[in-house]
Amino acid sequence: MNVAVCDYGAGNVRSVLAALRRLGADARLTRAPRQVLAADLAVLPGVGSAASAVAGLRAAGLDEALQERVADGGPTLGICLGLQLALEHSEEDGGVTGLGLVPGRAVRLREGRVPRIGWAAVERFGGDFYFAHSFAAETTAAIAHSEGVVAAAERGSFLGVQFHPEKSGAAGARFLAECLSRA
Amino acid sequence: MPLPRLIPCLDVAAGRVVKGVRFEGLRDVGDPVELGAAYADAGADELVFLDVKATVEERSLGSELIGRVADELAIPFIVGGGVRAPADAEALLRAGADKVAVNSAALERPELIGQLAELLGSQAVVVAIDAAAGEVRARAGTLPTGRDAVAWAAEAEARGAGEILLTSIDADGTRNGYDLALTTAVSDAVSVPVIASGGAGGAHHVAEALRLAQAALLASILHEHPQRLISLREELRGLGVALRDAA
Repeated sequence: MNVAVCDYGAGNVRSVLAALRRLGADARLTRAPRQVLAADLAVLPGVGSAASAVAGLRAAGLDEALQERVADGGPTLGICLGLQLALEHSEEDGGVTGLGLVPGRAVRLREGRVPRIGWAAVERFGGDFYFAHSFAAETTAAIAHSEGVVAAAERGSFLGVQFHPEKSGAAGARFLAECLSRA
Repeated sequence: MPLPRLIPCLDVAAGRVVKGVRFEGLRDVGDPVELGAAYADAGADELVFLDVKATVEERSLGSELIGRVADELAIPFIVGGGVRAPADAEALLRAGADKVAVNSAALERPELIGQLAELLGSQAVVVAIDAAAGEVRARAGTLPTGRDAVAWAAEAEARGAGEILLTSIDADGTRNGYDLALTTAVSDAVSVPVIASGGAGGAHHVAEALRLAQAALLASILHEHPQRLISLREELRGLGVALRDAA
């Protein structure tokens, strides 16, 4: 199983690679659009700010590669900011245009302590998952929630999750194994 | 709100987990990767690796070690100690850390907090505050700063901190419980999550702290024994504290 993890200069991508490799996947960090298009599964990780992430994706041509990949039905997973970037728009950093893979926008969390940091149940995926975010998706494509926050959204071959499966212990490993088996 | 978190703290010097009264009589108690993995298996929600020699000498918790931790652990971890510049923090995150904790450098140059938040996102920036009698101390608790701990916590949040790691020097090591008055004051003053630290002697102390703060740092209460975390989690559940399902 060949997994392309998009490298656009984001923070901690090593954990994503490690989690996929523990499951036996041949996961590689790449900024080559060709590899993102060819992989069995593409992962758009996400740590950092929306504006710099989108700029990084565009500079490498990964925005178009991801759009083309999803249009062709290629399995693609967005994690945390990776979900927010896939939306049409984010209100982070004064407003950022996203990739438009999923309808909707990312809005700042207004309830509870922000950033929302910690473990919370996501019933659909059977367990507690680790979240660390200040923005969340508002979308008609939501397929799972956690404490009123969109935990996952799906459109076509793109699945985006707000939590960090690579940081969610055994539950996260089960989730990633399911993504790999579906790809 | 997400579930309350239990965060074991591992003091690291020269690449090994050490135990001691801060700087004196450091004793080697194990390998950071092995001990970290054992805590993760025992149900830790998150870990802190604190480079206890970094500010005095140079950094001893290098990228290679952090990378090995990230490769082995499937839970988040904070790295603190010796973070002085945005480039230090960026290197730690690239190596595999999820968050960095800053303390003395932020007191010397408060604008560092904003620089880190812009570069890494607030969720990756923990401002650690060591307080004695309500006053912030720098340099591992040795240097009084004249700053009020509550005011500094609020300023840190305003500058972009995503979490406050609050250690009461008065309570630390006493085993008489967390400093609840200080924890309440800081928790009320900020809207970011607060990690309470210092003073835990038993499960009831941790439960008390978790009513006020979103997480509790666990140090000497665990005696560097991951097995102790398993029993502590059971005791806390018995006291009505909801903890994550780690299975």
